[in-house]
Parts: sequence; structure tokens; C-alpha cells
Amino acid sequence: MSMKVGSRQVDGVTIVDCSGRITLGEGSVILRDTVRDLLSKGNKKIVLNLQDVNYIDSSGIGELVSAFTTTKNQGGELKLLNLTKKVNDLLQITKLYTVFDVKDDEASAVKSFK
Amino acid sequence: MAMTEQRVSYTLDSSLETIDNAEEKATRIATELGFPDEEIMQISMAVREAAVNAVLHGNAYAPDKKVTLAFERAGGDLIITIRDQGQGMDLSKIPNPLAPENLLKTSGRGIFLMRSFMDVVEIRPTDSGTELKLIKHVHGTTAGGKEASQ
Repeated sequence: MSMKVGSRQVDGVTIVDCSGRITLGEGSVILRDTVRDLLSKGNKKIVLNLQDVNYIDSSGIGELVSAFTTTKNQGGELKLLNLTKKVNDLLQITKLYTVFDVKDDEASAVKSFK
Repeated sequence: MAMTEQRVSYTLDSSLETIDNAEEKATRIATELGFPDEEIMQISMAVREAAVNAVLHGNAYAPDKKVTLAFERAGGDLIITIRDQGQGMDLSKIPNPLAPENLLKTSGRGIFLMRSFMDVVEIRPTDSGTELKLIKHVHGTTAGGKEASQ
């Protein structure tokens, strides 16, 4: 299953609902383009909802890091929401879990933005 | 091809499709050999990372260069060999992805993930590129005991 994204606004925060696989190739490109497009339109409070992301490889991890740093460098904030066990485990072993702001419910994710 | 023999091998193009193809083969063979779900995921991900390494960093998508992928059963273990025809890699130049200064790098985690998921990872230069050998030991009682399907 290739990656699909859809975005919506909740109280000034952009929730990006991701599903499928974030892997080298199409999945990583879709995520990159989506975040860059949001930033270019001034949407700098971003939550990536990964509830339906069932697979991520090292390229996908790199793309999450890139999205995080790109957003931060533009004065924004990017948080992760609803990690699956697989993605959670990957972020733990790569020590990225502490780098990202990870939330497990949408309301608190939205409220956490300043 | 099913894993009914002791060894199966494939010669694959240096393309993105090869990466998905290698992962699918690893998933199927690990399933046929009866590895538990968690280890099937680990094996398929390690093979995917090895294939990324071979296609992207080794052969650099060169159409005249091939990737060789082999699966072998030995003493109940699964031995996976992936060879490319690239320039080779200098392991000393691969930074530790867990070092604080490297945490926010966007690449460099592939070999680390292979080592995290497999029991043995050997990387050696060959006459024409690089060979990665990945070994998963049988930890449970089911692996190797399930009949492979055609």
C-alpha cells in the first residue's frame, strides 16, 4: 500500500492524516512535498497523524527528521500523533522518540501548541 | 520460487522495484520458514535496508549493474546474502546514528537497523562490489518446522 495524506485544520493547527508506508521513493516524496507545501502557505503548526502508517523504513525515518527540522528552521513546530507499535519501536531504537514531541491524542496535541 | 530447497537466489536490477521485491521475498520466505511475526518484520526490514544500500549507495541505480539476493537455510538459521557491483563502502566513515550530533541526520541508519534486527551482519568487499550477509538464528521452536508452499 502506497502512502496517502490528507490535511485538515483544527484550531489553527494542521493535522496531516497519513496512511500506508513511508519508505524510499513515493512515500517519502509525498511526505516531503506535503510538509513543504504547508510551510510555504504559512501553516507552521503541524501534527503528523501516523495512526494508519503501518510501515516505515530508514528513508522514512529520515523524512520525518527532515520534516521536523525544516519546520523548526522556519519557526514552526511539528509533532507526531498516534504512533503504531512498529513506528514507536523504531523511534525508540533510533533514539528519536525523545527528539520528537509525540502525542497520543489529538486534542492534547492541538492544545500543546503555543 | 518457494523456499523448498536449501538455497534460492535472484539477480535483480538496480531499481526501486528491486527494493520492494527483495522485501516481499524476505517476508514470504521468513513466513514459510515459520519465524514469528515480529521476526518476520525484522528480517524483511533488514533485507529492505540491505537492498536500499545495494541499489542506492552501491550500484547507484546504474542499469548495467545488478543486485544478487540469496536466501539459504543452514542448521535452521536463515542466511541472506546481498551483493552489489558498486564502489564498496568504508565502514569507518559511517557515523554512529545514535550519537547526539547525528540524531537529526536524515540518513545513515540503514546498517544500524540491520544490526538491530539480525543476529549477525557481515559486510565485506568483493572483487566487484560489496557483500552483506545477514543471519537470523532460530530462537523459537516453529522456525524451520513449517512446510514451505509452492
